[in-house]
Amino acid sequence: MSVVTLTLNDELISANSDQSLLEVIREHDIYIPTLCHMEGLSERGGCRMCLVEVQGSRTLQAACVTEVAEGMVVTTHSERLRKYRRMTLELIFAERNHVCAVCVMNGHCELQAVAAIEGMDHVRFDYLHPDLPMDISHERFGLDHNRCILCTRCVRVCDEVEGAHTKDVLGRGINCRIINDLNQPWGSSQSCTSCGKCVEVCPTGALFRKGATVAEMVKRHDFLSWITSGREKNEWDYAGQAPYYATERRKE
Amino acid sequence: MARNDKIRLATVWLGGCSGCHMSFLDLDERLIDLAEQADLVYSPIADVKVFPDNVDVTLVEGAVANIDHLELAEQVRARSKIVVSFGDCAVTGNVTSLRNRLDVDDLLNRVYQEGPGRVPAGSEPDGIVPALLRRVVPLHQVIKVDAYIPGCPPDPERIWAAVSALLAGEPVRLEEDMRYFG
Repeated sequence: MSVVTLTLNDELISANSDQSLLEVIREHDIYIPTLCHMEGLSERGGCRMCLVEVQGSRTLQAACVTEVAEGMVVTTHSERLRKYRRMTLELIFAERNHVCAVCVMNGHCELQAVAAIEGMDHVRFDYLHPDLPMDISHERFGLDHNRCILCTRCVRVCDEVEGAHTKDVLGRGINCRIINDLNQPWGSSQSCTSCGKCVEVCPTGALFRKGATVAEMVKRHDFLSWITSGREKNEWDYAGQAPYYATERRKE
Repeated sequence: MARNDKIRLATVWLGGCSGCHMSFLDLDERLIDLAEQADLVYSPIADVKVFPDNVDVTLVEGAVANIDHLELAEQVRARSKIVVSFGDCAVTGNVTSLRNRLDVDDLLNRVYQEGPGRVPAGSEPDGIVPALLRRVVPLHQVIKVDAYIPGCPPDPERIWAAVSALLAGEPVRLEEDMRYFG
């Protein structure tokens, strides 16, 4: 592993050559929004929230899937970036039915929070209001396509951490859907272990534990880092750290 | 301040639940401060039949859901200096727009034809009940909007932050924690 030197927002910094731009940006306590990124999962570069300007590149680059390089000159905040982030957010809101007021994740949702942080005060595009179904065939969990932003955290955690690969993506573009097994009701999936990891990593109200009503859904995004790095950190007692999740599990 | 120097304030209730107006009333004592600086010239809580001319600031609650809303929204725009989308329904369509995935006639049939009671007007106007628009839309898709107050409903602190800025002739700039939808 070698060390590279780059310029981040007019400041000369050094980084390990195998780091992503996003890692380096976060290390320097610079906030840029992310939605599909999650600590403990592979990167996807799908939500386009972490776009940055890299000198010499005509297009904007997603920081999560861009590796640092010697001599790179990176800008994380500019009028152009603000414009693009806001437009992307508005398109996400317009594409499906994100009605915060009646969502299980109201007040705990990452999409809702990013919109507030980025100052998205209204959506300039026409809302599509698609007629999307909800899959509540699973005994304990539900999948509401209306709230899904296709970040694929659920797909990645199911494959990379649980090893079940129950979830995947069907279709292209606006027809994309998260599916279970061979596009069948979740409850009929034979590969799903009902571990609930997909629910906990979901940034919005798309995946939820049954029984939660408006604004009651609180997710434990931290449980994944406990699974993936708890052993190195000698953190054995998840119950102490995440009482809610542990209580839910204990009830079964 | 002489009475005729007061800011002419209006509030309008389109396709919403009136929760934003309830939250407005939750300004409590601040309503007294407000009354010293502004005259409420039109509002669901004031007995005024026609939206007046020369309004300085109008807060509009609710989405645009029927032909009456459309007409009133256009009057509001023509007769107000500053128009504010007040609450999530005006800003995004919110709960009012949940019906958009259904066809208007299917919706009315489902609710009224197949249920008990008399059937109101569908997409055709009958002169009594305003006809529904094919789709519920946020206010800014119908008229130009100058400022947005999100929230379902916006809490009184948010409303006060926006209204006191407008009274002072300043643009509405809400802090991050006041910008949440829902």
